[in-house]
Amino acid sequence: MNMFGETPIIEVRHFTAAYDGVVLLDDLSFTVYQSEVFAILGGSGSGKSTLLKHMIGLYRPVHGSILIEGRDIVTAEGLQRLEILTRIGVMYQQGALFGSMNLLENVRLPLEEYTDLPDDAIDRVALMKLQLVGLGSAANKLPDEISGGMRKRAAIARAMALDPRILFLDEPSAGLDPITSADLDQLIVSLARNLKITFVVVTHELPSIEAIADRVIMVDKRTKTIIAEGKPQDLRDHSENPWVRQFFNREASVQG
Amino acid sequence: MNRPATLSYNSRLPNREVRSSMGSAETAQGILQAHPSSGDDLIFSITGPLDSKTTGLAWRTAVRALEQANPRRLIVDAAQLTYCDGAGAALLLELSRRQRSRRGTYEIRSLDPAYQALLDLYGRSDGQSPEPAAAAASSVEQIGRATVMLWHDLMVLIIFVGELSAALGRAIQHPRLVRWKDALVTAELAGVNALPIVALLGFLLGLIMAFQSAIPMRQFGADIYVANLIGLSMLRELGPLLTAIILAGRSGSAFAAELGTMKVGEELDALTTMGLEPVGFLVVPRVIAAVAMTPLLAVFAGFLGLIGGAVVMLSLGFPLVTYVIQVKAAVTIGDMVGGLGKSFVFGIVVAAIGCLRGLQTRSGASAVGESTTSAVVSGLVLITLVDGIFAVVFYYLGI
Repeated sequence: MNMFGETPIIEVRHFTAAYDGVVLLDDLSFTVYQSEVFAILGGSGSGKSTLLKHMIGLYRPVHGSILIEGRDIVTAEGLQRLEILTRIGVMYQQGALFGSMNLLENVRLPLEEYTDLPDDAIDRVALMKLQLVGLGSAANKLPDEISGGMRKRAAIARAMALDPRILFLDEPSAGLDPITSADLDQLIVSLARNLKITFVVVTHELPSIEAIADRVIMVDKRTKTIIAEGKPQDLRDHSENPWVRQFFNREASVQG
Repeated sequence: MNRPATLSYNSRLPNREVRSSMGSAETAQGILQAHPSSGDDLIFSITGPLDSKTTGLAWRTAVRALEQANPRRLIVDAAQLTYCDGAGAALLLELSRRQRSRRGTYEIRSLDPAYQALLDLYGRSDGQSPEPAAAAASSVEQIGRATVMLWHDLMVLIIFVGELSAALGRAIQHPRLVRWKDALVTAELAGVNALPIVALLGFLLGLIMAFQSAIPMRQFGADIYVANLIGLSMLRELGPLLTAIILAGRSGSAFAAELGTMKVGEELDALTTMGLEPVGFLVVPRVIAAVAMTPLLAVFAGFLGLIGGAVVMLSLGFPLVTYVIQVKAAVTIGDMVGGLGKSFVFGIVVAAIGCLRGLQTRSGASAVGESTTSAVVSGLVLITLVDGIFAVVFYYLGI
C-alpha cells in the first residue's frame, strides 16, 4: 500500500485537542511513514496548525497519544522528552530566527547546546547546513537584513542543525512569491530524497501540495475530523467528499 | 490547545550538562582510531556511527593526529562506519579540505554509497563562504557617527514638536476630532492608577525630609521652620518633580512600548494609509490625558507631602494648627501656581517623548525594549532640563 517500505515514524492515535473545553479536533488517528513528505491540509481555522503544535509537544492533547519513532511525546518527561526533541526539527511560519544573532549563530545554537564538537567544527557544520539551503554567503547577516524566503530557508537550516529524522514545517510557502515558493518546494523534495528526512508540512497552498506531498490528510472545521487521506492527485480526481474536490479544484464555496 | 497554566509541561527538561553529554557513552568508546603506517601515510579507521553525538571526540582525535603526523597521504577506512549524519559529513569534508590545503592526498575507502551521496550533497551545495560582517568602526568614526546621530535626533525632535503643535492646534480648533475615548482610557491608566504610588511616595518624601531637617534645625531652635521647608519644597519643586518622574517611569515607557509594538506590527502604516496621521490619532489623546492628569497628581503629591511633614511636626510637639498657619504664611499662591505650571509642562514633555520614541521604533525583537528605555531616559533628561529653565525664569519673574 505504501511506497516507503511502510516503516511508521509518527503514529497519532485517538488524538483529541480542546481549548477552554471546546473540542477543536476529535479522535484523529493517522500514521506518517519514514521518508515521506506528509501534508496536513485544511481551510483557515480548521485546526491544522493546532495539530502541528501538538505533534511537536508544545501543547498537551486532552486525549490520545502521539508516538514519534515509537516514543510518546505526550507523556515523555525529562531526558526521554529531550531525546525526542533532538530527533525533530521545526520551521515556524515566520521563521522564528533569533533576531539578535546572525544566521550562522542561529544554526550554531543547537549544536553548541547538544554536542561536544569543538568550536571550529561547530562553525563548519553550521556553515555546511547554511550552504545546503543556499545561504552560505549570507551567514554573517542578521535575520532583519534578509528577505522572507531566505529567512525560511535559514529556519530550515537551523531546524536541520542536529540532523533530525523529522522536519515539521508550518506554512512554508505562506507569504512567498511563486518562484521563491517553488524553490523552497524543490529544497524540501531534495532534502527528503537525499537525506531521507520525513517531512510533515502544514499548508493550504495547492501548487506546493502537488509539488511536494506524497500523502496528505485533510482536517475539517465542521466535523473536526480527518475527512480525506491519500495521494493529492487521487483526492483531487476521485474524492467522494464534495468539499475535498472543491478544495483541490479551487472552487468558491458558493457557486453561481 | 490546552496550553498549561504553568510552564511545567516543558520546564522539567534536563539542564545543559545533561544535554551536551547526551550519548557520551558512545563517544567514550572512540569512534575514530589513527594508525600511522609505513612511509608518509596516515590511516584513520572509523568504527560505529559518526553523528552529532560522537563526532566531537572523533574530530579532536583526527585533527590532533593529522597535525602530528603531517602525512602525505591520508586514508580514511570507512568499512565499519555504521551511520553518518551532517556532523560526520562535515568531519570527512574537513579532513579533505585540510589535506588539500597542505597539498597532500586524501582517500576514503569502502564508504557506503549512501554516505558518499551525502558527502556529494554537502560538498556541492553552494559552497559560498560567508561575506564578512562590517568591521567595527574606529573610535573617531564612532564619535562622528554619534554626533551625527545626536544632530539627527535633535532635528527629529524639532520636527516632532512642530507636528505635535500643529496637531494640538487642530485639536483645539476642532475638539470633536480628538479621540476622547482613548484620552479617557489613557487618563485612567496614567492618572488614576498612578494615584496610590504618587500618594505613597509624596507622603514618604514629606515625612523623611521633615524628619531629617528637624534634627539639625532643632539645635538652633528653628524647628518650626520645617513647615516652611516642607510647604515650599513640596508644592513648588518636589511635588511636580516626583510626579513627573513617576509619570516617565510608568506612562512614558508604556506609551513607547505601545506605539513601538504598533510600529513593529505595521499598525502605524495601516493608519497612515487610511489617511489618519499617527500623531493626531495616537499622540494627541495621550498628551492631552497626561497634561490633564499630571497637575492633579502633583497636587496630591504636594498635599500628601504636607501630611507627611505634619506627622513629624506633631511628633515634635507642635499642634496641627501651628503647622497649618506656618505653611499658609510661607507658601504663596504664586508658588502653588508655579508648581502646577511646571507639572503641566512636565506632562507634555514626558508624554510627547514617550510617544516619539514609540514612533521611532525600528524593527526587531529588541527594538521595543530599546524605545522604552530611551523614552524613560529622555523623559528624565528633559524633566531636569525643563526644571532648570523654570528655575531661571521664575528667578527673573520674581515668583
